[in-house]
Amino acid sequence: MDISLMITSLPKLLSATVVTLKLLSLSLFFGLFIGLLFAILRLNKNIFINKFAYGYSYVFRGTPLLVQIFIIYFGLGQIEYFRSTFLWVVFKEPYWCAIIAFALNTGAYTSEILRSAFQTIKPGIIEAGKSLGISNKIIFYKIQIPVAIRQSLPAYGNEIILMMKGTSLASTVTLMDLTGVAKYIISTTFKPIEVFIVAGGIYLFMTFIIHNLIKFLEKKYSFN
Amino acid sequence: MEGFMNIFKKTILAVLVSFLLIGSSYADKIKIGTEGAYPPWNSKDASGKLIGFEVELAWTLCRYIGSQCEIVEQDWDGMIPALIMRKFDAIMAGMSITAERQKAISFSQGYADEVASLAVMKGSSLEGMETSEGINLGKKTGAVKKDLKTLTAALAGKTVCVQTATIHQNFLESGDVGKVNVRTYKTQDEVNLDLAAGRCDAALAAAVAFSDYAEKSGKPVVLVGPTFSGGAFGNGVGVGIRKDDTQLLNAFNKAINQARKNGDISRIAIKWFGFDASM
Repeated sequence: MDISLMITSLPKLLSATVVTLKLLSLSLFFGLFIGLLFAILRLNKNIFINKFAYGYSYVFRGTPLLVQIFIIYFGLGQIEYFRSTFLWVVFKEPYWCAIIAFALNTGAYTSEILRSAFQTIKPGIIEAGKSLGISNKIIFYKIQIPVAIRQSLPAYGNEIILMMKGTSLASTVTLMDLTGVAKYIISTTFKPIEVFIVAGGIYLFMTFIIHNLIKFLEKKYSFN
Repeated sequence: MEGFMNIFKKTILAVLVSFLLIGSSYADKIKIGTEGAYPPWNSKDASGKLIGFEVELAWTLCRYIGSQCEIVEQDWDGMIPALIMRKFDAIMAGMSITAERQKAISFSQGYADEVASLAVMKGSSLEGMETSEGINLGKKTGAVKKDLKTLTAALAGKTVCVQTATIHQNFLESGDVGKVNVRTYKTQDEVNLDLAAGRCDAALAAAVAFSDYAEKSGKPVVLVGPTFSGGAFGNGVGVGIRKDDTQLLNAFNKAINQARKNGDISRIAIKWFGFDASM
């Protein structure tokens, strides 16, 4: 075991962790909007809207994230017509391709988490609002959404952790995230065990932080 | 419960023992690792069978050594660690002999020359760069320096794509051509795809890898600038072998001598490259 390599690679891996955190936070940010939008569409009574939202979550939850990244990065890049559109400005960059893939993926899972949270809201809460004369719109924004978010915290915490680990796939589309830099160091030192142990430790530490943050929020917004 | 624990313990023991056996079972059969994704050096045909210059050469060398062989596939970026961890006993994967790699493993004498070149898509502004035909970075003569200067100016701010952990990546990061955006890929296939998609301003790899891709895909890929050798590009392609495995190293060196003398290396090289890349 080459301890000195572990120590010298730590700063490089930590600065790569910044890239990982950027990818994670941007994906979660866009993914939350996508998830909320599609959760609402799922609750829509119109069968077409409903099925469309269901189809989206079915496709993105039913295929591997790696395949999704490859289709978005290498796949779309092969279509000559696509390269001539303005969208290419965004899709040309591996960074944005990764964020789009991650956001669409986590968005699908988030929509399911939020949908089930919406559906478990007790009708009594909504009726209580109605009997106080509060409008449907305000009931939705001020009662249903906050309650649903609280309901979904434990499941969403898991999704954040899964997504954090999922960002390691960014290295497959040339991004130098934590995994990308770890592989780079290995390619010059030929010592995978040492470097992956340090990288794994950093991932574990991030999980630790996220886990405790969610636990704190759960306690803070506890119903009891 | 006790009976169950007993079975459990026995199973674990059996698994451990079988691992030990796997680890030490290469005594008579030489396992050779190759990438299978770097045509025409080594690749796979439509049925998934390993083919290419090095695959054919490996079988030939094995005949000279007089030993049974098995060729196994390994991703490029894990090639040297896999050798060190005894997943196989020799590397034949278009791997150039460089001082950096020699810190970790030994190399046989070179069996072929890898000539590297930049490639761009037809119509690129990098086309028509005025340099000499080829430069040897081992000797930094005035002409070489002048060409490096031309390259530095032409590549400034450009994105150049390479396969990860290659001599090509090392060269671009050596500072010889100034500061370029180096983008690294797991396989040469992916480099080719992104070059064709326009995500790379240029790509650097073995010249034959680009001509092979241009021929098979029909994409207008053209070689630009000088061909590179020496220096960061190493001293030819050799068989990578674990440092403590001197017996196998000697066997390969002897086999390469014989294959060269009998014209086998030239013959196989001409078959796969279209020219004699043997050395």
